[in-house]
Order: sequence, then C-alpha cells, then structure tokens
Amino acid sequence: MKKIENAAQLEAYRSQCAAERDPDRAMIAVCTGTGCQAHGCDKVVDLMRAELKSAGLADKVEVKTTGCHGYCEKGPLAVVRPEGILYQRVKEKNVADIVSQTIAKGEVLDKLLFFDPTTKERIKLEKDVPFYKLQERLVFGDNGYIDPTSIEDYLAIGGYKALQKALTEMTPDQVLAEVSEAGLRGRGGGGFATGRKWESAKKVAGEIKYVICNADEGDPGAYMDRSLLEGNPHAIVEGMMIGAFTIGATDGYVYVRNEYPQAVRNLQCAINRARELGLLGDNILGSGFNFDIHISKGGGAFVCGESSALIASIEGEVGEPRAKHIHMAESGLWGKPTVLNNVETWANVPLIINRGAAWYRGIGTAGSTGTKIFSLVGKVKNTGLVEVPMGISLRKIIFDIGGGITKNRAFKAVQTGGPSGGCIPEAHLDMPVDFDALTELGSMMGSGGMIVMDDQTCMVDVAKYFVAFLKGESCGKCTTCREGLQRMHEILVKITEGKGTMADLALLEEMAPVIQQGSMCGLGKTAPNPVLSTLRYFRDEYLAHINDKQCPAGVCKALMAS
Amino acid sequence: MIAITINGKKSEVERGTTILAAAAALNIKIPTLCNHELLEPYGACRLCLVEISDGDWSTVTTSCNYPITRPLVVETQSAAAVKARRMVLEMLIARCNTSPELNRLAAEHGLETSRFELRYDDCILCGQCERVCREVVGANAITFAQRGVDRVVVPPFGEEAEQCIGCGACVYVCPTGAIQIQEDGDRKIIDRWSRVLDLKYCSACGVEIAPVFQCDYFRKKADLPEDFFDLCRDCRVTQR
Repeated sequence: MKKIENAAQLEAYRSQCAAERDPDRAMIAVCTGTGCQAHGCDKVVDLMRAELKSAGLADKVEVKTTGCHGYCEKGPLAVVRPEGILYQRVKEKNVADIVSQTIAKGEVLDKLLFFDPTTKERIKLEKDVPFYKLQERLVFGDNGYIDPTSIEDYLAIGGYKALQKALTEMTPDQVLAEVSEAGLRGRGGGGFATGRKWESAKKVAGEIKYVICNADEGDPGAYMDRSLLEGNPHAIVEGMMIGAFTIGATDGYVYVRNEYPQAVRNLQCAINRARELGLLGDNILGSGFNFDIHISKGGGAFVCGESSALIASIEGEVGEPRAKHIHMAESGLWGKPTVLNNVETWANVPLIINRGAAWYRGIGTAGSTGTKIFSLVGKVKNTGLVEVPMGISLRKIIFDIGGGITKNRAFKAVQTGGPSGGCIPEAHLDMPVDFDALTELGSMMGSGGMIVMDDQTCMVDVAKYFVAFLKGESCGKCTTCREGLQRMHEILVKITEGKGTMADLALLEEMAPVIQQGSMCGLGKTAPNPVLSTLRYFRDEYLAHINDKQCPAGVCKALMAS
Repeated sequence: MIAITINGKKSEVERGTTILAAAAALNIKIPTLCNHELLEPYGACRLCLVEISDGDWSTVTTSCNYPITRPLVVETQSAAAVKARRMVLEMLIARCNTSPELNRLAAEHGLETSRFELRYDDCILCGQCERVCREVVGANAITFAQRGVDRVVVPPFGEEAEQCIGCGACVYVCPTGAIQIQEDGDRKIIDRWSRVLDLKYCSACGVEIAPVFQCDYFRKKADLPEDFFDLCRDCRVTQR
C-alpha cells in the first residue's frame, strides 16, 4: 500500500476501511486476550472458523479475534454481532451449536448466556449484563470491536482522527490547552496533571525531546495496561504521537515488560503498520512533523516502573532510580527533555482531542476527570477489568459491577493502588473513587489494582505479604528502603508468629515516616503504606496477634489452636 | 548566585551547588557515609538527610545530591532531620554491627544499640568502592549485583576481579574497613575481590614498583615504552 501523504488521503482510506466493514454484518468477536488464551480461546477460534467453513458460512460471518473484553472471570468470551449476544465460558464443544443454532438460525443458546444470580434470569445481550451495564468503557470499549493487528480496523472506528485533527487543524499550544483543560491526570500512579507535565517539557528549548510510554505494569493482580496494549495498541501510538507533536519530540519509547509477549507483539505490529502507511516516520500527513516509536523491553523488575529507573533501563544502565531533583521535563532520557506517561494516560489523549476538553470534564469529578480502568480481583465474583467514571463509589464497583464477595462471605477490605497502596475498610466503601479521596484514606489510585478481601483474610498477613513483595523488588540502593523494609518484614513475621510486642508496633510506626521521607524514589516513599493503612483501620487485629496471641481471621498458622 | 540559609547562617552559592557542599563551606558538618569529594553524589546511605523549606512548604531530603537552584532554608538539626538520621543509623549499625566508624557516628547521635536484630555484615553498600573504581581509576573492576536485600558489590560473576589493577583506591575510600589489601611474598592480594596480583620489582635496585598488571595498565593507557616500568622511578632518573 502506498504511503498516506496528507489528511485527505487518510480520510479517504479511513472511509474505505469503514465501508468494507459493515456494522450490520454478522460477526463473532472472540476475546483472545491473555486471560481468555489461558482459558483456551485459540482452539475455540480455530474450530469456529472450521465450522463456519463447513457450514458454508465463512464468507458471510467473520470471526474477529479481539483483545481483552474485561470479563475475564467468564472467559473465553464470544460476542455475536450485530445483535451483541454475549456467550461466556465458550468451550470447543459449544462451537458447533453456536454455528448451527445462533448463526444459521438466529436461535440463542441459553446455557451460554450470563446467569444473573439476583434475578435468576439469563441475560442475552452483552450491554445488559450488570458487569458491563454499569461501566463507562470510553478507553477500553473498542477492544471488543477491533482486531488489534489490523490498522484498518482501528481506522474504521475513527482511528487516527485525533492525530489528523491535531496535525492539520491545531497548533501544539492548542493541543496542550485542550489536554490541560480536560484535567487529565496520570493514570500510572501519581495522578500528576498531564497538561502541566507536557507544558514543562514544551517550554524547554531543544532539538531532541522524547516521549515515553510506561508499560512496565508490575503490580500483583493488575493488568489493565497489558490489556490495552494487547487489544488496542494504535490508541497508545496515536496518543503518543499527539503528545510528541505538542512538546516537539521526535522519538518515542514504549517500555514494556518482556513477560507481556502478546502486548509486545501487537504493539510492534501496530508500529510496523503505522510506519508502512506513513503515519509514523518523516513529514507525517504532510505536516512536517517527524516522529517514530521504538519498543524497549524490560526484564520485569518492579522498580523499573519508576520513571527514573525506567529511563536508566532504556539507556542500557542498571534499572535503578536516580535522584529527581531536576525534573525529567528538563533532563530525562539521555539528558533530554522527556515526557513520560502511562499506557492508559496516552490512550485517553485521542479521546480528548476528538471530543474536546469540555466533554471530557463532564465525566468524573472536578478534581479527577474522565474514567479509570480498574483491575478488579481477589475475593469478588466478577473478576476482570472494569472502566468506570471517576467518582463512582468503591461499593458500586465491588458489589454492583463485581457482583459482591465470592461464596457470599463478608467483605473486609479492598486494597487499591498496587503493593504500596492501602487497605480500605467497609466504613469507607461509599467514598467516591478519585485520586485525592484515595490518598486521603491512606491508600492511592496507583495504576488501578483493586484486590478485594473477605473476612477470612488476616490484615497483618496482608501487610506482611506486600512488604515482602516490596522488599524483594527494592533495588537496594537506599538504606531506608532496603534495610527498612527488611526490618519491617522481620517485625511482621514476628507478630504473625505470636512473638510480637507492643514495642514492635511502636517501632513499625517510628520507622514508617523515615522510610517515606528518606527514600529516593516512589517505591520506598510509598512502601510503608500497607503497614500504615492496616494499622490505621485494623489495629485490633495487630493487637489480637500481640496481646491475645490470636489471629482473628484464622490465617496465621503459628497461632492456630493446636 | 543563590541565597541560602543553613541553620540560620546566610550565604550565597553558585547555582547547582549541593546542600552538603554549601553547608561544608559554612563549617556546618552533615554526617555522610557514601559521599566523597572525588566522586559523583550517589545518595545511597541516606545519612545526610536534612530538612529544607521554601516558604510554607518543607521536606526532608538528602543533602549530598540536592542541587541548589532556588533560595532555600535548610535545617540540619530539625527534629524531623535528626529523627530520620538516627533511624538510618539504627538500621545501619544493626546491619554492620562491628564497624568502628558506624558505632562512633551512632554514639554521636545518642544511639547505644539498635532495636533491630543485629547482623554482622561488613559492607553498608555505600558504593564508594564501585564509584572510585569506575569514575576515578577507570578500571571498572567491581560492580553492584543483585537487588534489594541481596544487593552486593562484587567482581563480574563473583569471580576474580580481572580488571582490578590493585591500586587500593577502594580500600582507601571504604568507610567500614570492609576491603583489605595484603602482601604475601611477591604477590598483592585483595581477598574481597578474589584478586591476586604478581608484583613487579625494579630491575636495577630491586625495590617493589607495583603489580605487574597495574604497570601494564598504565603503560598502555599512557602509551609508554615497553620497558618503562622495568626501572623504579628513582632508577629511571639516575640511569637517564
């Protein structure tokens, strides 16, 4: 295919792609995200294609292999379009029926539909299933409609329209104003205002600047960035291009962990296709803007998700944080002005440019605009990825979308913000979820991990688990983080073994602020959170372990009645 | 020049001067274990924590790697700074219980012992050895390996440090005395780096010059004649 040289050609090609994809045409969209792969979706897809072929329907019905749909609990997922019928837990043995009944005769297979435990009814359409119904899938929704390896699919749903608008109708200042006005805040953890970040890097003079996409998602149980990269890589490419255009960057890097093979593959494919079409490279759309994206694969160290360690790793150095007394907007990758944003943040950018800051501000809360994707896991019925407007309550996410606690046990806590986040108890479940409210509760938004815990969870044990994780992932440079976490873990082990004292508790509380203040990077600065938040909300459990030598949840083996 | 106030003493410093250097110029001593005037600031030991403020905002930060870029008020003895330094020392003396230098600093901070379980490591991972070898000597013979609690300074692959020239700079900078250099007959030995070096002697007077490997290293680096180190410095002068 010839390279696209200007906006008119892109427009024409987009129309052609859209025309070739009749939305009313029959299609089975099968989720082939990593979760559904583990459930065996590949075999389902192969069999489905074979069945359609032998039924003579291969030309009429397309099997679309898409990225993650989010409802991982029920995978493999297949959505029959245009009706939008959701079939869940689709096994190879169901494929023949889907083809012969639903596709050939339009009959719905009841047994594969979602069963609503509240109403005791089967729900036919994807959009009516409570898990999806209460979400607002602005960023994540396209995953279910496109083949991530097809740039044409992305173009057909309006892909690269935002880029086109930015390059041909807007100045970098206008793009910056739009992003700032939208109130977009970093989805990777810090919640820093994206517009301010861009503005600082834009202001610095320099021929060479970089944009980086942080895809080093390493929180236990969190996989929203992976699913976005796997399912809709062009959205991230487009977001980075708009950011680069704004600040004047010529190159972008996506730092992604090598344990995400499908994400790496789909992203590389997206970059290659964008280059082939001339959307990446020199003089993009005839605007004079030159930009290319490179992939830098990480070895899987959690600390490399920290921006300065990430940059060190891209530079080929050991992935250790550096002091950040000078902002990376001035001196980042190879000492050049750099903007680093998380996957989800970049994916929000095209939306803002397409639909405007005013529209974006209408979603979420005043201080936290837009939506956030959470990875809802743990003792919750509907585990999966959920995208909700900021400001929704934790209770809605866990009980309405998540369907409540598994085995209908009692809720105890929800851990948000990844390993260095905090545990929030029942009393605060009606708090609106946004950056500032979560911080106020002693937790944080983090990248959006949400681990639900029931009454059989020991909170001292939880604190011990997360401190052990962080101790293992600390780079070991700062005394406070390396020694501090080691000693915190020692004390927590003592307490869970029934050997703790009140002096130990006091020592934990004395150490925590020093680890926070005294550590160089975000890992150490937030590492005491699991201890502090469990002490704040579940102090009685610590006291039971120390004074009564009992583990109320019945988890700590050393304290079991013999 | 930028105005700075440290413990009430006012001064002006060049942009980019570290707080530690600015304090030293005012004769205010901030304890540190990983800083050395010949080396790039590293910020690993976290002992040089001070409290800085800029109007109504204040924070505790390391002074060794904090470049002064705007007027600041620094307190080295604020309650938060002292408390933080004491805790850092308490952690360090628990790790490295027998170091005289550490125990001296701990005593200065009013610490007699540590509440943590005592260990007997001899290294606090300040990285001065690694930096002096890389930044000053240029030999790159040792490096950090592993991470977190397993972090160590080792020669590549934990084997003999084949690039080590036996200069002893690491021995000199080490604050805990963890690195020793010994002579055994006609060999120089650094046990910590599993390094054994044959010594070179003056062919005229027989005095010890340096390890053979070191002589070769400098000869190649400075492009000196093949026989340059056959003679000691004195004999080179007298025989010329």
